[in-house]
Amino acid sequence: MGGFQEQFLRGLETTVLVAAISGAFGMLVGLAGAAAKLSRFRALRMIADAYTTIVRGVPELLVILLVYFGGTTALTALVGSYVEVSALWAGVFSLTVVFGAYATEIFRGAIQAIPRGQTEAALSIGLAPWQTWLLVILPQMARIALPALCNLWISLLKDTSLISIVGLSDIMRIAVVGAGSMRDPLTFYLAASALYLMLTSVSLLTFRLVERRLLAPVH
Amino acid sequence: MQTAIDLHSDAPHRGPAVATASLRAENVHKTLGTHPVLRGVSLAAYPHEVISVLGASGSGKSTLLRCLNLLEVPDSGDIWFRNEKLDIRPAAGRDGARIGDARQARRVRASLGMVFQSFNLWPHKTALENVMEGPVHVRGLARRTAVECAKHYLRKVGLIERRDHYPRHLSGGQQQRVAIARALAMEPEVLLFDEPTSALDPELTGEVLRTIRSLAEEGRTMILVTHELSFAREVSSRVAFMQGGRIEEEGPPEEVLSRPASAGLRRFLDPAC
Repeated sequence: MGGFQEQFLRGLETTVLVAAISGAFGMLVGLAGAAAKLSRFRALRMIADAYTTIVRGVPELLVILLVYFGGTTALTALVGSYVEVSALWAGVFSLTVVFGAYATEIFRGAIQAIPRGQTEAALSIGLAPWQTWLLVILPQMARIALPALCNLWISLLKDTSLISIVGLSDIMRIAVVGAGSMRDPLTFYLAASALYLMLTSVSLLTFRLVERRLLAPVH
Repeated sequence: MQTAIDLHSDAPHRGPAVATASLRAENVHKTLGTHPVLRGVSLAAYPHEVISVLGASGSGKSTLLRCLNLLEVPDSGDIWFRNEKLDIRPAAGRDGARIGDARQARRVRASLGMVFQSFNLWPHKTALENVMEGPVHVRGLARRTAVECAKHYLRKVGLIERRDHYPRHLSGGQQQRVAIARALAMEPEVLLFDEPTSALDPELTGEVLRTIRSLAEEGRTMILVTHELSFAREVSSRVAFMQGGRIEEEGPPEEVLSRPASAGLRRFLDPAC
């Protein structure tokens, strides 16, 4: 493949990095979003509803383009001279926003699946709300949310390929460049597919192991 | 409530004036949705009393119990824990009320052990961990002390051998006994039982009732919402009969249950007539 192996390796690194950072931040956004949706404050609920409705209603590719070009426009206006947003951070930000929106819904559903009595039992012995969250809600929520989160993570891994459109040197970008310059598209796209497949397989296995450990005691 | 004071004001160890109730509800009103569930309920539990609250489903007895530890916040009326009035304030922007002092609510809840109809054990924790959670995170005991405390109460309810089992590996009766141990491990001042045997198969109610009876015999202060009439008659120092969100009759079980004054209670005790 004419020295593209090493490039692919760096592309793989970038893909994993972007996915990992967006996934981690997206989880936090999802938790906050779910908390907002279940909050007793109407304003918070409305903000969270608007967030998930808009983000889930717009194609991921467009979110990335909007963040990239919107970010560039905004930063340029702010600084006064032309500033270009880095493809990596625009990508991480976009995918965090997307992952967070779906995670919000997953977490909200999982929390609502926990019987009310679980919280009441915690409150009745005098636990504070934050302790109730930490000791009673989160562990049970994690078990319920895990299968859906696994799906979401797999989507995220593959969605990183969309960031190549704004110039991120991830697996996809290397494949496109390689395919063009070596005039052998099939080989390069097969190689890229194999890399994505490897990432998703490792993820699925990991999730299955975690699930087996966690799922033992449920309702 | 007047009855309660009359019953106990002459007890020598309770001082000359009115005795201090461990837990008292005063003229509590609560509407759930549009349905007025409690319409001015007053009830006081004095130290070492066992009060059974009887009544048909929907009479408000569970809601009353849940108001006592602020799982439901009364719309109006007061809850007193010993000499301390619980801070309840009107809710801003909606009907009803809210807890005014969260710290006080937590402290008082920690002193009021509650046992639920559906046990509400935490499924991701073993029996021992279920019982330990309060001692560790609320009472602030060191882990080792908390383990000893939890073991002590599991032994008391006869489930020490099951300490490492998860709730789903325990029978309903065993789960409820773990739930009782969990409440006891807080060393509460008052125990609240919300229909503790209603979710159990008939053959499993016995073990739970035996556990509750032994607690009554220890002289613990308890308020028990129940459908088990004969049990209420045996263990209670006082019974209260609720109907339509009010306490219709209240007094010693032998009086109230043998010579019911109200038509409602007569019907409740003997639906055939």
